[in-house]
Amino acid sequence: MKKFIASVMFALSATLMATTVMASGGVELEHANVDIHNKDSLQRGVKYYVNYCMGCHSLNYSRYNRIANDLGLTDEQAAKNLIFTRDDNGDLHKTGALMKNGMSQKQSAEWFGAPPPDLTLVGRSRGPDWIYSYLKAFYVDPTRPMGVNNTVFPNVGMPHVLWELQGLQEKHCTKEGEGEHAVEHCELKTVKAGSMTPAEYDQTARDLTNFLAYVGEPAALNRTTYGVFTLLFLGLFAIIAYFLKKEYWKDVH
Amino acid sequence: MAERPQHNYTGFLGWVEDRFPLMETWQAHLAGYYAPKNFNFWYFFGSLAMLVLVIQIVSGLFLAFHYKPDTSLAFASVEYIMRDVPGGWFIRYMHSTGASAFFIVVYLHMFRGLIYGSYKGKRELIWLIGMAIYLALMATAFMGYLLPWGQMSYWGAQVIINLFNTIPVIGEGLSTWIRGDFVLGDATLNRFFALHFFLPSLVLPALVFVHIVALHAVGSNNPDGVEIKKGPKGNRWSDTAPTDGIPFHPYYSVKDILGVVVFLIGFFAILFFAPEGGGYFMEAPNFEPANALKTPLHIAPVWYFTPFYTVLRAIPDPFFGTLAMFAAIAVLFVLPWIDRNPIKSWRYRTSAHKINLILFAVVFLVLGWMGVEAVTPAFKELGTRMTQIYFIFFVVLWIHSNPSKAKYVMWFGILLAAVVGYDIVFRYTPGDAGATSQMLMQFIWPVGYLALTLLLPAFKASCNEEKPVPERVTGH
Repeated sequence: MKKFIASVMFALSATLMATTVMASGGVELEHANVDIHNKDSLQRGVKYYVNYCMGCHSLNYSRYNRIANDLGLTDEQAAKNLIFTRDDNGDLHKTGALMKNGMSQKQSAEWFGAPPPDLTLVGRSRGPDWIYSYLKAFYVDPTRPMGVNNTVFPNVGMPHVLWELQGLQEKHCTKEGEGEHAVEHCELKTVKAGSMTPAEYDQTARDLTNFLAYVGEPAALNRTTYGVFTLLFLGLFAIIAYFLKKEYWKDVH
Repeated sequence: MAERPQHNYTGFLGWVEDRFPLMETWQAHLAGYYAPKNFNFWYFFGSLAMLVLVIQIVSGLFLAFHYKPDTSLAFASVEYIMRDVPGGWFIRYMHSTGASAFFIVVYLHMFRGLIYGSYKGKRELIWLIGMAIYLALMATAFMGYLLPWGQMSYWGAQVIINLFNTIPVIGEGLSTWIRGDFVLGDATLNRFFALHFFLPSLVLPALVFVHIVALHAVGSNNPDGVEIKKGPKGNRWSDTAPTDGIPFHPYYSVKDILGVVVFLIGFFAILFFAPEGGGYFMEAPNFEPANALKTPLHIAPVWYFTPFYTVLRAIPDPFFGTLAMFAAIAVLFVLPWIDRNPIKSWRYRTSAHKINLILFAVVFLVLGWMGVEAVTPAFKELGTRMTQIYFIFFVVLWIHSNPSKAKYVMWFGILLAAVVGYDIVFRYTPGDAGATSQMLMQFIWPVGYLALTLLLPAFKASCNEEKPVPERVTGH
């Protein structure tokens, strides 16, 4: 019997161990710690987005005025500060337009190896932690066509668009142990300072991440509020339903 | 034509009743339908399944107002619903949460049938119709999952439709016929949309209707498995009705209201606070548009299909894997003819039978878990072992049909030999030390399962004892 228990435990622990190893696979992501209810952060985020990102990455499913409305901006403010893209006639987009850009899918595929993806839903497909870590993970790599590589997205085709803000990082790896037990520890070290301090850059990356998290699901802004009231109502209803049932079932013996 | 019963309704109701059996039907199926008074927690899930069906049909109709079944427009139209349609996100989350809720409710409803033997006593057809509902539900859910045209929609459908390719001779033609094209594309999306609308709005309600007609003809089973119609007659509502029965309305209608409210609390908690269901109700890769040139790293079907997906993956040969997957569903159809024990409820059956049913539920959950995980040697073996137990369960269920005469030790030997034989003939690869050690280590699962369900009743008499079924239902 003892042997039986021991072997069951062994099999169980083997399965558990396999799960833990799987979970920690890949690069460790930093916690983005975003709050989509922080309007200041979202406003900064959308500012950085339209200035630094939108030339290549459209937000095809989102409209300018929806964002303006959700972020507490007027349509005029949005038109003045957010809209740099033009329609087929060469006029600036209207505030009700979808946030498309002029990037040609075919040409951009030639330039970068793959067309820059639309980012409306990246907050949901990759998640905020991934975006935040990715924005901080560029490092100088002369072997790559854009001169930079990324630890979160190895061999990414994108240049480090925010390098002027962050500065440049290099990857330094140290090996511990020998042979098959060797473990490589890598660290990114700043070699050229940018216009921002590391703390400022972190905040910028966080604002951008926050904006992308918001734009992935704008409904999330008030979804939970509806949830609280719905559950409160149902909670009351449940109490009434319980006593109603009890009252009716008095006759059943 | 048979005479219709006399009625005392006057005014408008009387006018209608003369021309249509409105109150007659109300009387036959609700106010005058006598259900056993001892229904417990497990009996909420039938009415909840109907509620979810209505939620799905109504929310689906509103989605169809805005959805576009076209490969170049589908993904954007879903995001249009999420952003630009007033309340669209709510309707869509109702539908996506409802899909998972449907399967949770239906799986619990089916397990209820298993533990109380609800397919027995002239109720085989109710079970068969129920299985048809389950099949239609799976087909509906599968086709619905393609509609958002995300990466998982596309690659999930790709994997499942390609299964038909493995059928000899007709396979290729069959999968082309299903897709309507040589590749998964616009033709497939368009017909899946049509079928996803047709099945749940016409076929499912029709099947649910006959499910209930059959149930009301035979009468409901209950946690004691006592036939109330064979018991004494006469209660405070009627002299001819079963004494242990109570009118469905108002007693079970008010009780079901409570069940509905508690269910909705869980439903809306997920809908409003975690609509992605932790990545199980809506998978993260599905927020990327379908891309035929980019295979996701890890393709996993939605959670409600994963038990069968594990069965499929447990057998490396694609054709036999597909066969096993369909067999895993098909075997459920013949359940009423496998479990021949005249005692319905597990309350009065042997402890070994109870253990068997609980382990079956556990095995089903582990199969589901394995279906969402990427394949590692340990998980691959665990999935395979659970698949073996899944099928052995039905043999053990049959052996438990007659506990006093069952040759437990003999069957323990036969089934264990079957597992070992299968492992040696089909699975053992000389030289693959890793797989072999996993195979040996996880041999513990089938051995443990067979020991608990067959050796325990063989050597411990108390585990093989059936209790007398009471004449009347107990408690309420």
